Amino acid sequence: MKIKGSQILIQALKQEGVDVIFGYPGGAVIDIYDELHKGNIRHILVRHEQGAVHAADGYARASGKVGVALVTSGPGASNTVTGIANAHLDSIPIVVFTGQVPTSLIGTDAFQEVDIIGITRPCTKHNFQVRRVEELTRTISEAFHIARSDRPGPVLIDLPKDVMNAMAEYTPASFRDEEEPQPRPPSKKAFQVLDMLSEAKNPLILSGGGIILGGASQELREMAWRTKTPVTSTLMGLGAFPGTDPLWLGMPGMHGTYYANMAISHCDLMITLGCRFDDRVTGKIDTFARNAKIVHVDVDPSSINKNVMIDVPIVSDCKSALRSFNQLLKEKNFTVTGDQRREWLGLIDGWKRDVPLSYCRSDEVIKPQFVIETLYELTRGGNTIITTEVGQNQMWAAQFYKYDYPNTFLSSGGLGTMGYGFPAAIGAQLAHPDKLVVDIAGDGSIQMNIQELATAVQYKIPVKIVILNNGYLGMVRQWQELFYEKRYSHTDMTHAPDFVKLAEAYGLTGFRTGKPAEVEKVLRQGISTPGPVIMDFQVAREECVYPMVKPGGPIHEMTLGSREMVN
Amino acid sequence: MEREKKERILSLLVSNKPDVLARVAGTLGGRGYNIETLCVDATLDPKVSKIILTTIADQPTLTKIEKQLMKLIDVQKVTDLTKMATVMREMMLVRMRLTDKNKADVALIIDTFRGRVVTLNGDHCVIEISGMREEIEKALQSLTPLGIDDMARTGIIALERTK
Repeated sequence: MKIKGSQILIQALKQEGVDVIFGYPGGAVIDIYDELHKGNIRHILVRHEQGAVHAADGYARASGKVGVALVTSGPGASNTVTGIANAHLDSIPIVVFTGQVPTSLIGTDAFQEVDIIGITRPCTKHNFQVRRVEELTRTISEAFHIARSDRPGPVLIDLPKDVMNAMAEYTPASFRDEEEPQPRPPSKKAFQVLDMLSEAKNPLILSGGGIILGGASQELREMAWRTKTPVTSTLMGLGAFPGTDPLWLGMPGMHGTYYANMAISHCDLMITLGCRFDDRVTGKIDTFARNAKIVHVDVDPSSINKNVMIDVPIVSDCKSALRSFNQLLKEKNFTVTGDQRREWLGLIDGWKRDVPLSYCRSDEVIKPQFVIETLYELTRGGNTIITTEVGQNQMWAAQFYKYDYPNTFLSSGGLGTMGYGFPAAIGAQLAHPDKLVVDIAGDGSIQMNIQELATAVQYKIPVKIVILNNGYLGMVRQWQELFYEKRYSHTDMTHAPDFVKLAEAYGLTGFRTGKPAEVEKVLRQGISTPGPVIMDFQVAREECVYPMVKPGGPIHEMTLGSREMVN
Repeated sequence: MEREKKERILSLLVSNKPDVLARVAGTLGGRGYNIETLCVDATLDPKVSKIILTTIADQPTLTKIEKQLMKLIDVQKVTDLTKMATVMREMMLVRMRLTDKNKADVALIIDTFRGRVVTLNGDHCVIEISGMREEIEKALQSLTPLGIDDMARTGIIALERTK
């Protein structure tokens, strides 16, 4: 029986196991919305297309499944670009469907026509325009396969309006992921790494987003614990290794911990797992891990030897590489005695003691770090997902909240997208209705996708927004303070809405405090209040994120705030 | 590793689809690599096209380019022909105005570079010359002072000598 393209689309999405779509209707996709009206797949009406893509992204990060967004042609499509680029840089599997003008009008500058294939070519893993309804099922199947296989990423499918109205038979297509054998590290290299690890005095594991995306946290823990190797994870890798473990060093890089950066600079073997050596992690490349042999496991060959020269490259997904390495450790009965690591772990403990993550506490004014610490104490235990915006709020959330589980810290790492955290929290909450989802925001970034408050209220999505409100674009102000002689050019954001009134206007609950003594009370109130909540914390205005490595500087040279520069 | 920046020849097998060339060009351009020459046509299998391009790069950069190209879904194979035993050719068409003064010289150059006259229209002729890139350069240098109207070059194509 022949059915319409729009019906085939819904069938194919069901076949892929899609249970929620984030979208926004328009003329070019009105036929698809007519199908959705039948209620066959849950649809969340966002208030801006960028929000739809971030929500799909947050859903994907929290659930491990492919997130889906649906928007109309023209501005609907072009509004998705930031969300797509964000997912691209963080390798998040999403599929974005864009409407398009009818095939007969493509190229005529028709109303709401935009060349979204051309626009998104450099920021998608792949994109398709479906020109014939017969290609629809296969294209969708292939798109989902591409999005989640190898190094995951965003895929866009452009759907001309007439293709959605054309009739065809529906025959389920399947690009089965299992058909592709997972790459395994050559055992020769596993032996080589084992030898290196046996000989190393100061070994270190640097793990990245690849561990989270590859579902390899358990394998990472097993390896680190068995070999007593300390672990540092990039922003994208937080949660892969428990933030409360004694072997945990915190995040490295520009705002990394003193001890993580010192460990990188002093290690003699660095086993890097699913990390692409972003400049925010490496600082000055020439001095990065200058004493170390570097092993690099990555599913994407183009990440290897891109920024940092690698001694032992292993092209593999992290899970299978770690599994076979752990197997080898077992077979060889590899053990590390306390003595073997005493010197190295002692050195690290010394760094931890000398320069812990800290800030100057205050009874007068709320320190933003204090809000995060208190939030952590109230919500620890693995039933909480934290999303962040971008800037100081993000760095404090990475530093002062301890993540013990993967997929519980969702942050825009590569693109650094202000406005990511809140819609991502909506997506994460839909993936995990029973968990507490908190967006840690700044007063600047929350305003970038504030319109999604209506979405949260409409669907009773109980995300909690914690605004660290300093009336500044804090991170830019920090740079202006440190590198531009305090010329605060256009970073003062004092003219902001009253967030409590704004919450009320949208139909949610708002709390505010400027007193340190009330932080815990407000957090408790906010968390226990049903439905979405805004908590507006009026924090110290000119607090800086420390440690800080100067942009382009070596990571062992950190500014520590009130302390002296340390080498 | 070879650090010398020089002309490198890549041969790509890609899906024969309308926007594949844009993807390939965008991948190089977007990362700051310049395409010096470019040739594209279908292979014996009409679903597959071959792109032969040259770029000026050192070996580490070329490796990065190859890896980025391999990430494209529509790129099936990337071969670095630079170091392989290949036959390499480029073709050039040159339109010239013939005069009594330059006729003999033009004929001599055509003969030297084993070219041929493709068309002769009144006093205008179009000359075809093919050969190695250096030969084409030399032919062009020799013809330039004799008065070239216009010219077109194909860029390099290359093929491995054996399987």
